[in-house]
Amino acid sequence: MKIGVIVFPGSNCDHDAYHAMKHVMGVDTTFIWHKETDLGDVDLVLVPGGFSYGDYLRSGAIARFSPVMGEVIKYAGKGGLVMGICNGFQVLLEAGLLPGTMLHNEHLRFSCKQTWLRCENTDSPFTSKIEEGRLLQIPIAHGEGNYYADDENLEILKDNNQILFRYADAAGNITKEANPNGSAYNIAGICNKTRNVMGMMPHPERAVETQIGSDHGKLIFESVLSSLKAVEL
Amino acid sequence: MFQANVKITLRKSILDPKGKAIKLALGNLGFNEVAEVRVGKLVQLNINTDNREEAQRIATETSQQLLANQVMEDFEVEVIELEEVK
Repeated sequence: MKIGVIVFPGSNCDHDAYHAMKHVMGVDTTFIWHKETDLGDVDLVLVPGGFSYGDYLRSGAIARFSPVMGEVIKYAGKGGLVMGICNGFQVLLEAGLLPGTMLHNEHLRFSCKQTWLRCENTDSPFTSKIEEGRLLQIPIAHGEGNYYADDENLEILKDNNQILFRYADAAGNITKEANPNGSAYNIAGICNKTRNVMGMMPHPERAVETQIGSDHGKLIFESVLSSLKAVEL
Repeated sequence: MFQANVKITLRKSILDPKGKAIKLALGNLGFNEVAEVRVGKLVQLNINTDNREEAQRIATETSQQLLANQVMEDFEVEVIELEEVK
């Protein structure tokens, strides 16, 4: 089993993702430079956080046209697992692999803090090992994480159970106060219709060791890895 | 040579927090007549062609593919002919 972490100019959570996968989860992990046109034999593509291309024009807008993204789109089309975290989520939105877009945080500030996420759906490779309704403490760090989809697309997301995580308070209530950026419907993470592409603004790779606050992010990676093992068997 | 001015604005239905912050600051400066502020982007493209329609087409295609995200933004293209710089 092998994980590929994409590296764009300006990615800065690529090493965190590598550390989480390789040293904490114990899986063979490799970096994939954005100029590559071959993903190799990876079983999961991780698009990490950062400020690819300085966030010029719009977050993720220019990274989306990097050579490697053509391969990621093909890979996802064949059912391969793709996970975008923070800026990686923005890249997947710009690439059209996930619906919607990101606006500036409602309060205009860059927000770096712990948040609580409520797991809304367990029917995905990314949440299969998490109980529905379970709360995960995972930090956010972004200025443009205000998820937006128009009403029609929001209904489609709900109808297809594509919403995987919503911002909640510590008791699990979905409230306006618990929404750190103004996201529609408190959305923190979604998947595509075929459930093999996932994007989330919070950073699970920064929540894999209790020494730095929380290890709840491991539940997401354990879910993905167990889905991959199930395929291998 | 033609210059295309691509004006990109947030869709009307979308709240513009930057505009809201600027409106607040203008109020603090005493410009209470300003009822709404919306912030957009201007992208200028100098296009090597002697055909206006071609310049218009290129500017529109670049806007659709990269410059604007039509989930949240609208764009307008205005093409002007540039005088040769001698």
